[in-house]
Amino acid sequence: MSTQASRSAARAMLSPSVVLLLIWMIVPLVLTLWFSFQRYNLLYPDRTGFIGLFNYTSFVASPAFLGAVLHTLVLVLGVLFITVIGGILLALLIDQPIWGQGPVRILVIAPFFIMPPVAALVWKNMFMNPTNGLFAELAKALGLQPYDFLGDAPLLSIIVIVAWQWLPFATLILLTALQSLSSEELEAAEMDGAPAIKRFWFIMLPHLARAITVVVLIQTIFLLGVLVEILVTTNGGPGSASTTLTFLVYSKSILSSDVGAAAAGGVVAVVLANIVAIFLMRAIGKNLDA
Amino acid sequence: MARAVTTQRKALTTAAAWTVALLIFFPILWTILTSFKSETDAVMSPPLWLGFDWTLENYQTVLERANYFKFFLNSVIIAVGSTALGVLVAVPAAWSMAFVPGTRTKDLLMWMLSTKMMPSVAVLVPIYLIFIKLGLLDTRIGLVLVIMLINLPIIVWMLYTYFKEIPGEILEAARMDGATLRSEILYVLLPMAVPGIASTILLNIILAWNEAFWTITLTTTNAAPLTKFISSFSSPQGLFYAKLSAASTMAIAPILIMGWFSQKQLVRGLTFGAVK
Repeated sequence: MSTQASRSAARAMLSPSVVLLLIWMIVPLVLTLWFSFQRYNLLYPDRTGFIGLFNYTSFVASPAFLGAVLHTLVLVLGVLFITVIGGILLALLIDQPIWGQGPVRILVIAPFFIMPPVAALVWKNMFMNPTNGLFAELAKALGLQPYDFLGDAPLLSIIVIVAWQWLPFATLILLTALQSLSSEELEAAEMDGAPAIKRFWFIMLPHLARAITVVVLIQTIFLLGVLVEILVTTNGGPGSASTTLTFLVYSKSILSSDVGAAAAGGVVAVVLANIVAIFLMRAIGKNLDA
Repeated sequence: MARAVTTQRKALTTAAAWTVALLIFFPILWTILTSFKSETDAVMSPPLWLGFDWTLENYQTVLERANYFKFFLNSVIIAVGSTALGVLVAVPAAWSMAFVPGTRTKDLLMWMLSTKMMPSVAVLVPIYLIFIKLGLLDTRIGLVLVIMLINLPIIVWMLYTYFKEIPGEILEAARMDGATLRSEILYVLLPMAVPGIASTILLNIILAWNEAFWTITLTTTNAAPLTKFISSFSSPQGLFYAKLSAASTMAIAPILIMGWFSQKQLVRGLTFGAVK
């Protein structure tokens, strides 16, 4: 029923967004690809030229690379594990009939609104600091030796900080999904004598499956890009103990001004993110018609 | 059969839920408490809970640092500016996709979403070099543009899901009554769309305020917002916990309050309508 006129009007209304996003996506990406095959270091601006796959081979062969891939995997999987399991448990708990559900929700969701540098610095200084952080005080009170979290277990400490930031997101989404579950189904199962654990496993969990998938995929996209939390706490160290792929690319670009190497690393990061993205798009696309 | 929950059981779950909630909230509470301590009290061992001399000196010190206000202002300009610009660009797009959907609308939405999946760090160098070329490095307008672009897909998506809920028949009814296109938009559609637009604005101000990758990498002093200011506390110089806490409290308070009002929109906005 839409007329020719309304069609072209629609196109005109669409074009600013489309053109802007097209430029935003294509220009930097093409430049990154281009740079990745060039010898280009900002510190030596006169030494340029095509060097084939050299940037890629040296990026992949650099001593920090394998560790960075491993650290990225550990960070992403660690945070996902904590937030998904914790989120399910928390959502189940808050969904129970309790007094003050509103305030409880507000308290639980709060960490999500804290800007990353604040979250990271508060944890680093006021909790994990081995001399006067709260954890050290707690250890002292219990007669234990204070533990240098960021020095001795940097990756684990960062996982804790990032998980704290993302637990609210997982909880909120899983809670929303849980609340859309019809109580009739659950009550019927209860009447049939299904124990709580079976009700959870056979009714709630399948119902939550979609929400869990969405949480996992969206968080993975963001977790692959975690940078500031590492930057202000450990700066990738000690050594390269908490250097992730993102941090490695960042340090190549900002710290060593090696445009070519950073671009090659960037392309690797794009490929990785796209693998996740394909699954995410499918999960979201399925829901678009519904 | 609504089984009556025993009061005892409800009390137990309530206690458990509140304990966990307070634990999760504790780092924020502790930051706020510490912001009212003197630097000496802030590192007292064993820690002081409430019995300390409450003071506002940290807030004074932070505010007196001549540039605090500038960081704050930059945060406001970047968050509000990028959101306003984004909504301006996105409303027509979401509108036409919701009311004049074509065969490609779905693909277009998915494509917009896919731009969000690009890892920022992969395009940091090109953007940085382009910014230098165009003189946009460390400028507010540059930051407003970048933050607008990274949030544009979310804005379009959110608006689209809200606009889709407006029944199309209402338009036809208005048209039958002889409404012109202008009055149709002004008096029929806009009032129905306002709540959705407002929620979108709210969520995006929050996202833009907390954006820490581009705001930290593309600024030095002039356009640096609070994210950059707080990051500068990462190199410790003497006793600074109380001041860090005061600066942090001021940086998170406005957004925390806005965030609590936007819980529902958060789910819709961040899952791109996949979970409602």
